[in-house]
Amino acid sequence: MALTHRSTNLLKPLSAAVPFTSSLRRLFSTDDATAITVETSVPFTGHKCDPPPRTIDTTPKELMTFFRDMATMRRMEIAADSLYKAKLIRGFCHLYDGQEAVAVGMEAAITKKDCIITAYRDHCIFLGRGGTLVEAFTELMGRRDGCSRGKGGSMHFYKKESGFYGGHGIVGAQVPLGIGLAFAQKYSKEEHVAFALYGDGAANQGQLFEALNMAALWDLPAILVCENNHYGMGTAEWRAAKSPAYYKRGDYVPGLKVDGMDAFAVKQACKFAKEHALKNGPIILEMDTYRYHGHSMSDPGSTYRTRDEISGVRQERDPLERIRKLILSHDIATEKELKDIEKEIRKEVDEAIAQAKESPMPDPSELFTNVYVKGFGVQSFGADRKEVRAILP
Amino acid sequence: MTVVFLGIGATAALTSANSFDSKKLHISSRRLVSETKSTFFVVRSDGRLNSGSNRRAQILITNAVATKADSSPATKPGHELLLFEALREGLEEEMERDARVCVMGEDVGHYGGSYKVTKDLANKYGDLRVLDTPIAENSFTGMAIGAAMTGLRPIIEGMNMGFLLLAFNQISNNCGMLHYTSGGQFTIPVVIRGPGGVGRQLGAEHSQRLESYFQSIPGIQMVACSTPYNAKGLMKAAIRSENPVILFEHVLLYNLKERIPDEEYVLNLEEAEMVRPGEHITILTYSRMRYHVMQAAKTLVNKGYDPEVIDIRSLKPFDLHTIGNSVKKTHRVLIVEECMRTGGIGASLTAAINENFHDYLDAPVVCLSSQDVPTPYAGTLEEWTVVQPAQIVTAVEQLCH
Repeated sequence: MALTHRSTNLLKPLSAAVPFTSSLRRLFSTDDATAITVETSVPFTGHKCDPPPRTIDTTPKELMTFFRDMATMRRMEIAADSLYKAKLIRGFCHLYDGQEAVAVGMEAAITKKDCIITAYRDHCIFLGRGGTLVEAFTELMGRRDGCSRGKGGSMHFYKKESGFYGGHGIVGAQVPLGIGLAFAQKYSKEEHVAFALYGDGAANQGQLFEALNMAALWDLPAILVCENNHYGMGTAEWRAAKSPAYYKRGDYVPGLKVDGMDAFAVKQACKFAKEHALKNGPIILEMDTYRYHGHSMSDPGSTYRTRDEISGVRQERDPLERIRKLILSHDIATEKELKDIEKEIRKEVDEAIAQAKESPMPDPSELFTNVYVKGFGVQSFGADRKEVRAILP
Repeated sequence: MTVVFLGIGATAALTSANSFDSKKLHISSRRLVSETKSTFFVVRSDGRLNSGSNRRAQILITNAVATKADSSPATKPGHELLLFEALREGLEEEMERDARVCVMGEDVGHYGGSYKVTKDLANKYGDLRVLDTPIAENSFTGMAIGAAMTGLRPIIEGMNMGFLLLAFNQISNNCGMLHYTSGGQFTIPVVIRGPGGVGRQLGAEHSQRLESYFQSIPGIQMVACSTPYNAKGLMKAAIRSENPVILFEHVLLYNLKERIPDEEYVLNLEEAEMVRPGEHITILTYSRMRYHVMQAAKTLVNKGYDPEVIDIRSLKPFDLHTIGNSVKKTHRVLIVEECMRTGGIGASLTAAINENFHDYLDAPVVCLSSQDVPTPYAGTLEEWTVVQPAQIVTAVEQLCH
């Protein structure tokens, strides 16, 4: 994806200005061959399936990629927070910081031909799927150059070429759509899967179980991913669900509980799920994750949970910190280099915002475009006269 | 209203081929909107001219009732079939033509469809292409829309249109709006079809008319079929359209028989159908009410009126071109629909006609709709929830007096 290429290019000039010891590290940071074995924070818990192993092999390059991608996502969300407070972003803005490991880990396990569909907390998944910062910010500000031409907004990011199907505002409605994506994949006999993401709040929607039933009935290659951040807006999971073990909710459909703050656990789980779905049909993944912001920008996020809880999770389970510690402990980069990368990302994000601010508002005529598809291409005629009566515009 | 006939004895070409009888004299008549009582002529049925007074009863139209030209079945082109068979033919031809077309709904596969529209298709195309879904309208509609986002062209069958209320969120938000909110990235070429309307004592929940609920959803098109000919043509057009189309069928019309052409034809989704050209009043209708209107038309013709009947077919968008031309000709409009009085198709059509053709109207637009009640089970009560031919006749008489 776009983010990876930049990391390899930009690290070179950085390390050139630094003393020779770091030039050794430069080899590590772009190193794709050295295998590093990491262990997930907690073992996987399976429901009606054998969970995959805890140990995962990775490379320094992947670690640096994870770090860079997650740092970019984090920075983007925090910048969006400021933009919202500056009233440049209006309406609803649901931020993903804290949950970046899910987006990054999932992306690492799949290809762009696999589909992802999610709900309204979609900025980072969009980025993971190949969206650019400029596209994201212009869309958030409602400008013409946004990924949905300014007509979608925060909750409607889409990227068809990379298999990102959005971006949906109504809770739970994206899951049947996700099953439809899997249906199309099975229909066209492609060896790809569809990931349908939803939250712990949406897990109580009936349409989820209807969709799951159909997916299981026809062995569709669908993977339902519950991003359990433990709060459905303001309601804690134990107040909304009789059984908060969302990975078990599938009953006859196997499930896996994953530490969603650990990018490698997510990657391992998604790889496992993809293999499973292609052979045996649907599987549920429950990502145990956490969001630092409130549900949306209009929610302070502290009325239903304590600040201690939030800072506790930030200290112990932050996904970015975990990767940082791994990088430092394996000597892949120094503390300073990582800080430099973060500074660089901050600059990138600021530049993207500046560029986005320059983008013009959509033209008033855009109000009426894309309501219907033009160019239907249907010739309509009456056979009794055998002449073309009209060609639809 | 003064009726003035000018011009005598010129043969006029008729717009419909069926009602031509060269032996009769045809007059070309022009309607003048004038208050002056000038001399005028009345053409009697035997061709004699009479100058007469302004007496409605003396005005007789020679070419009133459209009679079909008689010809023996053997030489007639085309083949005869029932409406549900016409739908199936259209569906099958499209499935043959494009491998991405698939059907999903309850009991469409092995059972053959509750109204036999998909009979035998599962044997021919397999279980995945003619998919029997569980009873989960919201989800299988969502599933079809998701599949359409990737390029498939599913046809969603609601066993009864009323059940699709459960899928309203998917139809409104995802089906209608995705093309817009994605900035044009995704097209949703689905067809949502099913029978609706008041049947024979089916009860309130199974006699719903959803046209009124769906009509405000931006991004979808709605059509209503009424004859085997337009059923097949509209089905094919709907499948080929890149936009989501809702095709409204009617429970009581499935067994209508008609002769349709053998050749392949596709109808225009946005076009209205001229059922019976006329001069005095425009009657706009769709679906089953077309037949009530035609029945009333027979009575009206005997009473001396010349209604122009248009089957609007396209419920969203309205074919204001055809409707407008008709209004400009007749200056009176009667809408006969099966939708409810409040917020129905007729209400929107009345508004559209008033806004666009106000200057051409000589009388307010009258809209006859079903009563704003749940459809009762008792047969007599049910009859009175929908518009009956007698009411149509009375309305025309009142409008045209």
